Amino acid sequence: MNASDILFYLISAFVLGTAVLAVTANKIFRSAIWLLFSLVGVAALYFWMQVEFVAAVQIIVYVGGVVVLIIFSIFLTQQSGSKMPKPPLKRTLFFILAVLLGFAFSYKIIAEYGFASAGPVKPFVVPVSAIGEQMLDTKQHGFVLPFEVVSMLLLAAMIGCIVIAMRSVPKGKTIQKHTATVGGFGTSNNLTDVPAASTTPDEVSIMEEKAT
Amino acid sequence: MSSIPLTHILFVSTALFFIGVYGLFTRRNLITMLMAIELMLNSVNINFVAFNKYLYPHTLNGVFFSLFIITVAAAEAAVAIAIIINLYRNHRSIDVEDAQEMKY
Repeated sequence: MNASDILFYLISAFVLGTAVLAVTANKIFRSAIWLLFSLVGVAALYFWMQVEFVAAVQIIVYVGGVVVLIIFSIFLTQQSGSKMPKPPLKRTLFFILAVLLGFAFSYKIIAEYGFASAGPVKPFVVPVSAIGEQMLDTKQHGFVLPFEVVSMLLLAAMIGCIVIAMRSVPKGKTIQKHTATVGGFGTSNNLTDVPAASTTPDEVSIMEEKAT
Repeated sequence: MSSIPLTHILFVSTALFFIGVYGLFTRRNLITMLMAIELMLNSVNINFVAFNKYLYPHTLNGVFFSLFIITVAAAEAAVAIAIIINLYRNHRSIDVEDAQEMKY
């Protein structure tokens, strides 16, 4: 057992421990922070597997994007210090049983499958230039079509997010600035209404007429 | 480079997946359920990269799959959070038990 193996077990223990804490923590903000640690641990696992590009993408997208988004939505929707109600003990017990059963089932399948033993594996090196070339390759093993499809998906998701989160304004009504905030709700008002509230009502109605 | 067999990595990712399933079952808060789903997607990514590294080291398909999964997961999280914030505006709660109507 050399240093690399010990490192793998340490990283795995870190990922699993923080993941358990993320799904069992009482306070939702702490849960998000534990999720952050777990995702960093998964990125460390990618580094251990020598796929540095995926690890970098993991850190940029998950740690820099998704977790920050989750933390923002926690701040917008509830008091971050409040405790979440616990599920009843009986339900928790049965959930743990179900999860353990599923894990044991998968464990047995994996342990008995007998993958082709690693043996003299080729060193797995992933140069970023190879990823880039194959990503935009139009020949047989290229990934340019999924690349374009996923870019369309991102565009659709972006527009969809704006449309969903936008507060619909009834026609003919002028938009007023929100001055009175009620509890924590005012922040979520301001989130989408800042551009609309900063313009004068006339401009907004002109824009609406143009759009129709 | 290492003597870790493939099955150990698969055990780790399976455990991570079922931790995510447990979170999805027990939590009744939409944001924490979303976090559990992120954990499950991460375990799938680990699987893809591990299979690529150990069984097919001459190709890059697993790496590409995990990259695309990361992209789709980011889009999914953004849309889900937009829906959650909209739901919170209408119901003043993001508990799944309170969201019983599709239309406010």
